[in-house]
Amino acid sequence: MAEVLVHVDHADGAVRKPTLELLTLARRLGEPVALALGAGARETTAVLAEHGATRVLTHEASEYADYLVVPKVDALRAAVAAVSPAAVLVPSSAEGKEIAARLAIRIGSGIVTDAIDVEAGAEGPIVTQSVFAGSYTTKSRVSLGTPVITVKPNSAPVEPAPAAGTVAELAVGFSDSTRGTRITERIPRRSSGRPELTEAAIVVAGGRGVNGDFTVLEALADALGAAVGASRAAVDADWYPHAQQVGQTGKSVSPQLYIAAGISGAIQHRAGMQTAKTIVAINKDPEAPIFDLADHGVIGDLFEIVPALTAEARARKG
Amino acid sequence: MTLKIVVSVKYVPDAAGDRTFADDFTVDRDEADGLLSELDEYAVEQALRIAEAVEDAEVTVVTVGPEDARAALGKALSMGADNAIHVEDDDLHGTDAIGTSLVLAKAIEKTGFDLVVCGMASTDGAMGVLPAMLAERLDVPQVTLLSEVSVHDGAVIGRRDGDAASERLQAALPAIVSVTDQSGEARYPSFKGIMAAKKKPVETLDLDDLGLEGDELGLAGSYTVVEAAAERPARTAGVIVKDEGEGGKQLAEFLAGQKFI
Ligand SMILES: Cc1cc2nc3c(=O)[nH]c(=O)nc-3n(C[C@H](O)[C@H](O)[C@H](O)COP(=O)(O)OP(=O)(O)OC[C@H]3O[C@@H](n4cnc5c(N)ncnc54)[C@H](O)[C@@H]3O)c2cc1C
Ligand SMILES: Nc1ncnc2c1ncn2[C@@H]1O[C@H](COP(=O)(O)O)[C@@H](O)[C@H]1O
Repeated sequence: MAEVLVHVDHADGAVRKPTLELLTLARRLGEPVALALGAGARETTAVLAEHGATRVLTHEASEYADYLVVPKVDALRAAVAAVSPAAVLVPSSAEGKEIAARLAIRIGSGIVTDAIDVEAGAEGPIVTQSVFAGSYTTKSRVSLGTPVITVKPNSAPVEPAPAAGTVAELAVGFSDSTRGTRITERIPRRSSGRPELTEAAIVVAGGRGVNGDFTVLEALADALGAAVGASRAAVDADWYPHAQQVGQTGKSVSPQLYIAAGISGAIQHRAGMQTAKTIVAINKDPEAPIFDLADHGVIGDLFEIVPALTAEARARKG
Repeated sequence: MTLKIVVSVKYVPDAAGDRTFADDFTVDRDEADGLLSELDEYAVEQALRIAEAVEDAEVTVVTVGPEDARAALGKALSMGADNAIHVEDDDLHGTDAIGTSLVLAKAIEKTGFDLVVCGMASTDGAMGVLPAMLAERLDVPQVTLLSEVSVHDGAVIGRRDGDAASERLQAALPAIVSVTDQSGEARYPSFKGIMAAKKKPVETLDLDDLGLEGDELGLAGSYTVVEAAAERPARTAGVIVKDEGEGGKQLAEFLAGQKFI
């Protein structure tokens, strides 16, 4: 059976959820072979095997933390040569897309980014994408070379599927070009303790209407176990960190539930949340375009509605 | 010595209009009005700021696109770029990111560069892959997705705000950078700038000039095929209620009905 290479996204050995979703998709195409790089790579193997990896290739070297993007491209290139996979799947983070882009050039293959679904097809994987701010859905396929596909978070369920997970060390050679861009300093983001924005099942997002104080939204988010997002207007006003921005130039989210409070629903915002399963909008302007998307909309003051909802949610949870 | 900066910009359909596909599943560029991608305005801005900070610099804008794409170059020239290159060829219709990166790399190599500045992503394709592809093809450092960028003593320094951390990056020139919309508001062209732009040189190149063959590019030479494009079914109209004091409670009932609480 054909093998499918999956690039593992992990933090010091803790595998991030989107990678497990990739393993689900990879199993539709063949036998998943996972590639884990950098410090902690060997600690990823048990989780990867539990979710379907028949083999896990690892390589630990300081280059992965010290230089931007290219060391990972070198490793993927080596893995492609060693495995001859039917496809390469990479998580669709900003870095993941850059890694995939360079790999595609290096191996002379086509690339499809931001897949929301991947299925087996007679002529190779069929990739579903959501384009033009979510107004169109396309199906595409790579017609030259080994398909390189980046997949958005929340595109497939995480499924336990125990497999052998045979671990092997991958041989990777670095060149001078590998060390072109040095990472001279790294300031880790402080964790809010809430779920990752792109991985969360529920996102509570606020915009200009929140008027500087996100605590009402944070209280609702905590009652629902949700992540907190923000519009660009709220981020530009310094009310919330840019890492939490939803939209074209922020994160693209696809949760089960998206609650937009005090957000008008500009096209650039919708681009990042339109594929949410259920959308709730709270806005005092009945004409706000966000209501066009809403499954349930409430016209009114978010400072009245959100606290009431939070209290109800807490009460029902008991 | 002149610091030679090339800004790579794209002409895109206006996101505020109705964007759609032509019969061959390429982006329909006739239906919607086009403009310089808003995210590439940030690239032009940072290129101009870097140029202004050194003794001697030249800013060249380059685009690969149809005839109308000249408008994007015009905008960048009126903001203050010195000259422009327009790569235009009928055989380019339908070229994908892999092909576009090949054409751009050839054009950039031909004109010569110390620094290439790109936007973070195009507002139509929104792949965010081209800067990395250019770096791979030109074999120079990739210093991308910067919210802060400057050039000192032959090196580019920048800040990249990633998901897990904010990183400081450094690379020797020549290099490729891309900048985000956090890098600083783009200037508006002044009246003087608009007038001056009309006299600035725009060089037009075709595939022949770049030593490229048509059959590696365009729809036929594409590494990917779009097999279907469907308009997303409009979301079924939801329930919109006016808050008369019970809005929060009703919302809680809706969420409970959907098993969220
Ligand atoms: C190139 C580009 C990229 C962009 N990228 C993004 C992006 O990634 N993400 C993004 O979000 N935007 C993005 N934008 C900006 C986008 O166009 C909008 O300007 C932005 O989304 C507006 O944010 P907002 O909805 O919070 O603010 P506004 O549009 O000002 O809306 C605020 C809303 O709050 C309501 N409101 C006010 N007070 C209350 C109250 N007490 N209770 C209830 N409702 C209230 C108002 O009725 C209004 O509808 C981008 C723009 C450009 C040009
Ligand atoms: N046709 C093009 N001509 C010139 N530059 C482009 C073109 N397409 C993309 N770019 C540059 O590459 C960046 C990223 O584009 P993309 O990878 O298409 O999202 C853009 O912000 C531009 O700087």
